[in-house]
Amino acid sequence: MDAGVDGDQGVSMHRHPRWQLAALLTAPVLWLVVAYLGALGVLMVSAFWTVNGFTGGIVREFSLANFRTILGEEVYRTVTLRSVGVAAAVTVICVVVAVPMAFYMAKVASARARPWLVIAVLTPLWASYLVKAYAWRVLLGNGGPIDSLLGGPGRGPGYGLTATVIVLAYLWLPYMILPIHAGLDRLPDSLLEASADLGARAGHTLRRIVLPLLVPPVAAGSIFTFSLSLGDYITVQIVGGKTQLIGNLVYANIGAAGNLPFAAALATIPVLIMVIYLIAVRRSGALEEL
Amino acid sequence: MITEIRYNRPMTVELSGLRKTFGAVTAVDGIDLRIGDGEFFSMLGPSGSGKTTVLRLIAGFELPTAGTVALDGRDVTRLAPFERDVNTVFQDYALFPHLSVQENVEYGLKVRKVAKRERRERAREALAKVRLEGFGARKPSAMSGGQRQRVALARALVNRPKVLLLDEPLGALDRKLREQMQVELKAIQRDAGITFVFVTHDQDEALTMSDRVAVFDGGRIVQVGTPESVYERPASAFVADFVGSSNVFSGETARTLFRKEGTFSVRPEKIAITDEPAAAPGTVAEVIYAGPVTRYVVDLDAGARVVVVEQNSRTPRALAGLRGQRVRLGWHEEHVIPLPSGKDSAHAS
Repeated sequence: MDAGVDGDQGVSMHRHPRWQLAALLTAPVLWLVVAYLGALGVLMVSAFWTVNGFTGGIVREFSLANFRTILGEEVYRTVTLRSVGVAAAVTVICVVVAVPMAFYMAKVASARARPWLVIAVLTPLWASYLVKAYAWRVLLGNGGPIDSLLGGPGRGPGYGLTATVIVLAYLWLPYMILPIHAGLDRLPDSLLEASADLGARAGHTLRRIVLPLLVPPVAAGSIFTFSLSLGDYITVQIVGGKTQLIGNLVYANIGAAGNLPFAAALATIPVLIMVIYLIAVRRSGALEEL
Repeated sequence: MITEIRYNRPMTVELSGLRKTFGAVTAVDGIDLRIGDGEFFSMLGPSGSGKTTVLRLIAGFELPTAGTVALDGRDVTRLAPFERDVNTVFQDYALFPHLSVQENVEYGLKVRKVAKRERRERAREALAKVRLEGFGARKPSAMSGGQRQRVALARALVNRPKVLLLDEPLGALDRKLREQMQVELKAIQRDAGITFVFVTHDQDEALTMSDRVAVFDGGRIVQVGTPESVYERPASAFVADFVGSSNVFSGETARTLFRKEGTFSVRPEKIAITDEPAAAPGTVAEVIYAGPVTRYVVDLDAGARVVVVEQNSRTPRALAGLRGQRVRLGWHEEHVIPLPSGKDSAHAS
């Protein structure tokens, strides 16, 4: 055996697969445990703390007071339902817009145009979220471009719940297009030809072959659009008018009210909803084909 | 030269002046073809010779640049695939992955709004025909390649099309299974009385199964005929070489061997190693033992390298000692096939 080679770090790594694995995984595991699960753990734990009403200091004792408030007061139930409704509406709009767009990108456009279309879908992600939200504020403003397009001031939706849904659907659309596009890209053209060969017109092929095969990618995309909408608090502040969603209630409790434990308790609601949503998606079998 | 064999039965598929170009590439360059009712017709050729494009033009997946496609006497050139009474078995089978085998087979019937009970019954029959009874509930992903191939066949046959188009359907199967499926396909075709148009690049497959074979080269048909006529009387050096293997002689070599001017082909199995003094002398360059046959490569004194195939029906010769030995090769006059001297008859190997 050559001593010079034996002393080489790279070669000894190959001889000791355990060390190699450890070197490879230490950083990501640390990140996952400390930064990711750690933060989530602190959130869960602090949700059971309270704030002293006089001093404003945090009382680190187990208490169900926050959850009792959330479950007991009408306003929190309304806001939760409203947030889920917004997330669901955004997801539905994204699916309806993304399916034909992705189909065009993957199956209809010329081979030369396809990469450019993917880039075009990705481009909005390069611009700042805030800038895009404010651009929509201008668009939706009273007497703004959308109003004039619809025939005068007050004709458009203005700021409010509708505006929030529109802007969120615009912001998260790429996250729906990309998985659907990937799914269609993998779908062999011969399946579409086979359907036509067996006598099916385009509409029938779409309903019986394309859409059923798109369930897994749509499920993947909906996880993005649903969870991103559920957690959003900026868009609703910019174009939502007086609309309250879970996100801006959490933000208000951290900022103005300084009640971090209550904010944490509120924040567990979207986490819980997402867990239920993921379980439901998994039950449907959609994730197995991803 | 194209040999058109007329059948005394109606023509199911008629192609005339068919051309298809993709940008600057001409895939199909003027094809005239008539395929008879109930015929097993093979389109044989190397990849890129246009045979698959012709199949896709018949199915309606491509529209021709020029020419017409008629099915059963009716011009269907401009009709969509779903308006044509043909079905296709795809090279990759193209089974719908989210549907069960039963649902896959029923798909065409369901589209045509056949009643549920009849649908069930016909799908069951079709699956029985391809020996897949009891597999209806499975997903295609839970089946082997050979089984998927049969599902694809059942899915097409269940619609009782006038013409069944098969695009290299056996290409993905291993040798044993392929040979078994060749026999089965032929039996199913004879049984159902459906016209089969079968695309393949495998000459054995084409010769084994077909009533007639069309040999494709460069987007054109270079010969049409029964397997026997294509093999025994190739119309060009290309056909002689592509269908089976061939010894092609031309120029000075041909003059010495046959005392005739032109290009000639002799099949390896029609040449024998003999003791006749009149036979052509040469030296054995290579001996290749291949189980049922042995191949000898002989350098003739007349200047050509010749392959001779001999059945190992008797105890084989002492093979190893034969290399480098002087032998004489003989053949019968009727096995010398004159080939038209054209651009592709120049090689004598």
